[in-house]
Amino acid sequence: MLMIKRKYRDTLRALVRAAALGLAVAGMVFCTGTAARAAGDVKLGIVTFLSGPAAGPFGIPSRNAANLVIDAINQGTLPAPYNTKGFGGATIDPVIIDEAGSTTQVVENFRNLVQQRHVDAVVGYVSSGSCLAIAPVAEELKMLTVFYDCGTPRIFEAHSYKYVFRTSATATMDNVGAARYLKQMFPGDTTYAGINPNYAWGQDSWRDFTDSMKVIEPKSKVTVALWPKLFAGQYNAEISTLLINKQQIIHSSLFGGDLTAFLAQADARDLPKHSRLVLTTGETDMYTFSKHIPDGTIIGARGPYGVFAHKSPLNTWFRAAFEKRFGTPPIYTSYQMAQAILGLKAAYDKAAQEAGKRPDQDEVIKALTYLKFEGVGDAVDMALGNGHQAVTEMAYGTYEYDAKTKTPKLVNIVYFPAWCVNPPPGTKAVQWISGGMKGAKCQ
Amino acid sequence: MTTTVAILVDGAVYASWLFLVALGLTLTFGVMKILNIAHGSFYAIGAYAAASAVGAYVQAGLSPAGGYLVMAGAAAIAGVVVGYGLERGLLRFMYGRDAVLVLLVTYAVFLILDDVMLLIWGANPYIAYQPDMLLGTSTVFTLPYPNYDLSLIAVAAVIGSGLWWALSRTRRGKMLLTVIHDREMSTFLGIDVAKVFTVTFTLGAVLGALGGALTAPIISVQPGIGAEVIVLAFAVVVIGGMGSIVGAAVGSLAAGFAHAAAVHLFPQAELFVIYALMSLVLIVRPQGLFGQAQPRKI
Repeated sequence: MLMIKRKYRDTLRALVRAAALGLAVAGMVFCTGTAARAAGDVKLGIVTFLSGPAAGPFGIPSRNAANLVIDAINQGTLPAPYNTKGFGGATIDPVIIDEAGSTTQVVENFRNLVQQRHVDAVVGYVSSGSCLAIAPVAEELKMLTVFYDCGTPRIFEAHSYKYVFRTSATATMDNVGAARYLKQMFPGDTTYAGINPNYAWGQDSWRDFTDSMKVIEPKSKVTVALWPKLFAGQYNAEISTLLINKQQIIHSSLFGGDLTAFLAQADARDLPKHSRLVLTTGETDMYTFSKHIPDGTIIGARGPYGVFAHKSPLNTWFRAAFEKRFGTPPIYTSYQMAQAILGLKAAYDKAAQEAGKRPDQDEVIKALTYLKFEGVGDAVDMALGNGHQAVTEMAYGTYEYDAKTKTPKLVNIVYFPAWCVNPPPGTKAVQWISGGMKGAKCQ
Repeated sequence: MTTTVAILVDGAVYASWLFLVALGLTLTFGVMKILNIAHGSFYAIGAYAAASAVGAYVQAGLSPAGGYLVMAGAAAIAGVVVGYGLERGLLRFMYGRDAVLVLLVTYAVFLILDDVMLLIWGANPYIAYQPDMLLGTSTVFTLPYPNYDLSLIAVAAVIGSGLWWALSRTRRGKMLLTVIHDREMSTFLGIDVAKVFTVTFTLGAVLGALGGALTAPIISVQPGIGAEVIVLAFAVVVIGGMGSIVGAAVGSLAAGFAHAAAVHLFPQAELFVIYALMSLVLIVRPQGLFGQAQPRKI
């Protein structure tokens, strides 16, 4: 009996030793593989909403764009000027993580991305709240971070950053552009109300729009400003308030499911028959919710993206490849994600060319600062925030739905040059707008 | 005058939605003393099930009126499957454990169910507005309101009254009330407490899912709706008193009217008005408006 037990124990020990040895060997192979890959690749952190209410309308289209563009860059199949392989020749190894969660969680995930997964750069963030929280942490960790979508202008106006960039324009131009479009298409005094989500994005959007209206249509009057909670989903009381106030224009920066729900509830109560809607992010719902957007609604896409993107070989490829792979047209966040990755590629390529080798982070940062590069929709100029904040042109159009062909379209599209709707370098957006938008170049 | 009427109608519609969600939550707490965070998931699952079922039903070209039955049926089935499965498969092993531990377990279930829903329905929003549009609108003091929204007030009143009647006027309901008052004594009296727990939890899940299903035609059904609603439902239950159905009704009405009044009269307060009301009630009456102070057993 004792012999059997000892034999059994010895066999067990041998098995444990073999398993430990196997694990050690596997670990060494894995580490060697990782090290070999890390030496040649650019490990790129991608952060966007993969769960939660913003995933469907923003996060997933952004992630899809990232996968599409990274694959094409790695294969070298993008149209010129991005028809070379990789970032300065290095293959991109994406690490995609979720932006959902509290601000603390978002910051913690960013730290993990940098300190545990050892990424070389990060592209990400939809929420203005996330961007405001991440910027100082990126600076502390000395990590090249490119914001692709968030709109609050406060990031580079309140601070100066070395490691942080944003390749899309701020919400300022969305709202200055909306006011200019109203002036051009529907001139004259008007009354207007706002319904915007109650956080940085919505507050900044409404402030910039009202300040712009005071300059552009000074006799126009605000009837009411409504502040539903982000992701509230139900707007009965807000719609009643808007019906009672009888304003001519309703400005809204609601987005995603909130915008869809508001449009459906407003449509059911005939609100659009009394007031014209100005939706700064309305393009996201144009194809998915076309029947419920009333004709005459003014639609924006946060820049020259989606239906507003200019024709170019790059845009033609992007739209066709996106639709073929994902079965739906790319929306503006898809364009913004692609634009951020292309901006980083342009910087890496430029830095690699100048260095004659794989560039280090400081060389990439130097190349990206004040860079002018071709986005998918239009040219991008990193002209603000000491060369860290992009400006682009802005566009608005008026929505029409063709019931016969069941297709939505935009008419009376107006493009505003970048320096018509963005403040000049060194000037805060609020001061520039309330000071009469001096120096604006609209011709 | 129009504003006053609008506050009353908007408040009542909002309150009916809150009540439908809070009812299951307060019932589960009253009987089982479980703060069930997963109740938000039941709401979301009900909304998704209803939106999917209505979408399939409409696409099949069947009679639009039948869509309401399909909606409610899908939510009830989803509620029974998830509620019964969860109680039998997990929660029954937690009875008698520390309340905080059970709370954390329901939170874990909530997170798991969120991901399960993401796997089943994906991240794109579901839109099922047909039942809302079908009933048309009525004008209340110059303001048009969808009849579907107004009918929610009646539906909430019927469900609430039905549950109250079932609890206070039927034998099984009185047995359940006995369990609410004293679990140990109920066991001595021969009541099968474990069975009461299973039935109550499943009923709570069905009520949560039904709340989601009835809301689905108004909102955009998307990931995260469960998290948004559970916080509000907790606030309502705390205002009314944990475990009290009448309290849930009064709490819903108070929260609904406060919300509507804030939107119409002082929009900046919309974000926090319900929580301010909750804080006020807790200061004056810590057990909530209709809650009963619990003696500590030593």
